[in-house]
Amino acid sequence: MAGAPPVEARGLVKRYGDVIAVDEVDLTVEAGDVYGYLGPNGAGKTTVLRMLLGLITPTAGQVRLFGRDPLVSGAAALEGVAGFVEAPRFYPYLTGRKNLELLAALDGGEAAKRIDEALDTVELTDRQRHRVGGYSHGMRQRLGVAAALIRDPRLLLLDEPATGLDPAGMRDMRALVARLSLAGTTVLLSSHLLAEVEELCNRVAIVRTGRIVFEGALEDLKRTAGGGWRLRTTDDGRAAEVCRTQRGIAEVRVDPLELRFEATEEAAAALSVALVEAGLAIRALAPHTATLEDLFFRLTEDGADPVSAAGRPAETEAA
Amino acid sequence: MPALRTVYAWELRKLVAQKRTYLGLAAAALVPVIFVVALTLQNGEPEDVAFGRYVRQSGLAIPPVILIFGSYWLFPLITALVSGDIVAAEDHNGTLKTILTRSVGRGRIFAAKVLAAVTYAIVALALMALTAVIGGIIVSGFHPLVTLSGTTVSAGRALLLIGASLLVYLLPLIAIASIALLLSTVTHNSAAAVVGALMISLMLQLVTIIPGLGVLRPYLLPTQFNAWQGFLRTPADWTPVIRAAWVCALYALPCIGVAYLNFLRRDVAGG
Repeated sequence: MAGAPPVEARGLVKRYGDVIAVDEVDLTVEAGDVYGYLGPNGAGKTTVLRMLLGLITPTAGQVRLFGRDPLVSGAAALEGVAGFVEAPRFYPYLTGRKNLELLAALDGGEAAKRIDEALDTVELTDRQRHRVGGYSHGMRQRLGVAAALIRDPRLLLLDEPATGLDPAGMRDMRALVARLSLAGTTVLLSSHLLAEVEELCNRVAIVRTGRIVFEGALEDLKRTAGGGWRLRTTDDGRAAEVCRTQRGIAEVRVDPLELRFEATEEAAAALSVALVEAGLAIRALAPHTATLEDLFFRLTEDGADPVSAAGRPAETEAA
Repeated sequence: MPALRTVYAWELRKLVAQKRTYLGLAAAALVPVIFVVALTLQNGEPEDVAFGRYVRQSGLAIPPVILIFGSYWLFPLITALVSGDIVAAEDHNGTLKTILTRSVGRGRIFAAKVLAAVTYAIVALALMALTAVIGGIIVSGFHPLVTLSGTTVSAGRALLLIGASLLVYLLPLIAIASIALLLSTVTHNSAAAVVGALMISLMLQLVTIIPGLGVLRPYLLPTQFNAWQGFLRTPADWTPVIRAAWVCALYALPCIGVAYLNFLRRDVAGG
């Protein structure tokens, strides 16, 4: 099945009685992607990850990992796939190293030979002989990453990997994901830490109460936010008057330190000429791109309209 | 996919690393020791138990006495302690998702757990037998044994018969392990599975007091705990032994089958 995308989910539904936890989710993660799966708590992110790993059976829909269905092929579908859902869990009465040895035995192949390196990568070498029962949350999280690394995965699924880590741990985790991605590992990362996703991911899916409200490139998502601009001049008061009379400039707002307005790139260029002609020097004129956070709240908070907010419906997103 | 042998070996290593394992093994080893110590500290013998009056004539009478004493609840409890926990503990620790996202199929993990649970029952029983035989020989010597038929067999033959009896006693123990495994798999709760398996066994015993249901007695699980005594007669009475084999299979196989299907299909949502 060479060429099949690492993750392909179509029409995933998971229903618990009357509750629809996941509603018609489509996901495609291409080789090399660092894919951010974003949504508020309770939006069904973890349920989708569990379905991807074959831990729970979808009520409807299909999952393919590198072209293989975990429900049909079982553990064979997880070949080249590693990761964890929710907090990684281990046997508390075994040492960190013994836990990895056990999992390496269940992996077979060369996994056992990668234990030392994996422990080193997550900086648990010093504590490997201690029982996991005494590990802090952050250490367990790191052991979870080590447990994934010994599988030498081509696809890494991480559910809120930074949870419970201190700032240094979060920085290390981000660096590790970036490094793995550079080395060719495809990563699917669920998170509600928007800065993390913005820094690491090239593609995102945003879910809201079980439904995907946006799926596509992070760049495309940002483009839907429209063109905000920030302007600082030698005289902002007069500049505001110029802005208001200039064509193509809208929503002019005077903030204490700067002016804000909406415009296309051409209109903003024309404005700069007009400002200079009016005898004003421009200190700064820069597009103000919406942060992922702005977009996230717009898409996931009550009253948001999935289709118009995203600029286009998620369903039309090309696979 | 890693071999069943590998997965089984790790199931055993997990048992070795848990305190609960030693609780049962310690009980299995201590009961004969306590019995032997009590025997040396006082006169008289437990006459109300079969073989009880021979415990001073031959040390080999002690294992059957312990087996009779522990048959209905002690060894079932020791067995259920592990088999009732072996799946539910994974739920409790949240480790089911950890081991089910590696390269081993669910069926093989389950098979390894069944084998480990049965292995534990065998080890506990063997440990009891070993301490009982050694302790018995120390206090009462390696002498010929009077069987349930009143005949006397040589010490060597008696030892052989005790070994065969233990194998027969293992059959209902495996049935109890299967019930505990089923409960462990479907309830996700270790305590419920351990207690549940014992209660089912004891309730089955009560069924026979309902008038008219006495005919069921030979086919109930608790009755099979005495089937081994067929070997301690001359000539050996194979009827209860053969019945124990198929009756226990009738209890064990459906339980294992249902537990297997449940384990194969269940949603692993916890942890």
